[in-house]
Amino acid sequence: MTVRREQYFTYLLLGVFSLIALVPIVGIIFTALQQQGSLSSFGQPDGLHFGNFADAWREGNFASYLKSSAIVVVAVVAFSTVFSIMAGYAFGMMRFRGSSVLFYVLLLGLMVPLEAFIVPLYYDLRDLNLTDTYWALIWPQVGVSTAFGTFWMRAFFSSVPRSLVEAARLDGSSSWHTLWRVVLPLGRPAVLTMVVLIFMWTWNEFLLALVMVSDEGLRTAPLGLAFFQGRNTTDFALLAAGAVIVATPVVLVYVFLQRHFIRGMLTGAVKG
Amino acid sequence: MAAPAASLSAPAARRRARVGERPPGEPRRVAYLYILPGLAVFVAFVLLPLIHAGWISLFRWDGITPGEWVAFENYKAVFTDPDLRSAFAHALVLLIFYAGLPIVIGLLLAAAMSRAPVRGLAAFRTILFLPQVIALVVVAVMWRMIYAPDGGLINGTLEKIGLGALAQDWLGSFTLALPAVGLIGTWVMYGLAMVLFTAGVQKIPQSLYDAARVDGAGPVREFFAVTLPGLRAEIAVALTLTTIAALRNFDLVYITTRGGPGGSTSVPAYVVYDKAFKSGEVGGASAVGVCLAAAIFVLAFAINKFAERGAR
Repeated sequence: MTVRREQYFTYLLLGVFSLIALVPIVGIIFTALQQQGSLSSFGQPDGLHFGNFADAWREGNFASYLKSSAIVVVAVVAFSTVFSIMAGYAFGMMRFRGSSVLFYVLLLGLMVPLEAFIVPLYYDLRDLNLTDTYWALIWPQVGVSTAFGTFWMRAFFSSVPRSLVEAARLDGSSSWHTLWRVVLPLGRPAVLTMVVLIFMWTWNEFLLALVMVSDEGLRTAPLGLAFFQGRNTTDFALLAAGAVIVATPVVLVYVFLQRHFIRGMLTGAVKG
Repeated sequence: MAAPAASLSAPAARRRARVGERPPGEPRRVAYLYILPGLAVFVAFVLLPLIHAGWISLFRWDGITPGEWVAFENYKAVFTDPDLRSAFAHALVLLIFYAGLPIVIGLLLAAAMSRAPVRGLAAFRTILFLPQVIALVVVAVMWRMIYAPDGGLINGTLEKIGLGALAQDWLGSFTLALPAVGLIGTWVMYGLAMVLFTAGVQKIPQSLYDAARVDGAGPVREFFAVTLPGLRAEIAVALTLTTIAALRNFDLVYITTRGGPGGSTSVPAYVVYDKAFKSGEVGGASAVGVCLAAAIFVLAFAINKFAERGAR
């Protein structure tokens, strides 16, 4: 085979598998735009019925679900980011007794599946009267995300030149001030990568919400979609519109910050 | 990736300590204050529940009345109870679809790319990685429509091309439901393997290929002698990520089949939920969860060992 032919073969592979990746996604968007009551999905387009999104939004109660998701995501991202930066700073730049033991304990959180501790977590939080509150969705995800974030930020802090911190210290800067004013401004890309990953994992989380929440007002977007599907098994158009609504926020962020998603998930993330 | 990175830095820290270079900053005890908030939440909401899971798993408990101490009875059930054994067996089958197929597809692309470099990868990468960022609940809803017996994409297409006889209820079939769920996992995962391996194959020095070609190696020998060993680190990362995803598979099964029909797609993650919150076998559910975590740890550790041994 000539090089030219081998190039064609490579493009063919890339093209075919890109197409397979896209077909279900484009298909569900088409389905969301077709006539309501249509009994086929991915069918022949019969006009663009954008009103489906409004109907699904109203019938599926998605305003409430997206609000819950937004509250949980903002809280998880905010707490996890601050906690991870602080802990990563300590593990990456300070020397203290037990640092490696403590770090390995946190590393455990990178791999341990939620399925392994969801059962006692439910009973523990119920005893604390925390089930059916946003806190039941927020704190466990802060715990898991901080494990990842600490691991991620530690790698950044260990790469910062020590001379920079020494200089700040000689200037009389406290460790707190050094962290936020001197070192962290260098780490904006690392922090952004961490933030988009935690945003995505939290937005997409399903099992935790399924177990912890029975009050409809607290349902997050993926949980709401699951219930919407249960109520609405025949109308493909509305269900597809609901699915598109739930997926869109993360996909939008991905379109703009895809480098961060790909880099983060491939280099730092053992988390599933 | 996590474990090797961590183990690399420990010797480096010791080396610094020997040289006597003082770490910058204030007295070192302040480090504990920086770690405290994150560690406290982690311990309270992840570590303690995990330990609690180990404790609960030693009881027969329905979640309401006092539990009965049964020691390792629940763990024995994981190995003897036919339903539990088949759930773990299904997880192994799903490994083929979640980890095996995506890696084979990724390697095929890597092999092609090693023969002829191509431009414009960035655009393909964006599309190939897209399934990774879509919520699995949405993915499951999407694929239910594809597999739907009436009006689904697959059956509709089969009828259109005159193969209507092959149309069936894919997710409702005892034999086909598990591979059908598995193929959803393949769809989610293959792009990740392709993106990883295309990046990895570009880092293999061209001189290795030139040397292989001088030795008269054909494309197949070249693949096994140069490309495959050169991608060892990337294969380890892909295996770790896909294996964890396969074993944790809850969302897809819950939305598409709820473990049915007749338990033919039941997997450990689903069994944990079903036992604990539907049939009131809280102790048994915890034991399954602990075994699942153990399986993930062992596999991830083994994959990393395999990658390190090759790197030497």
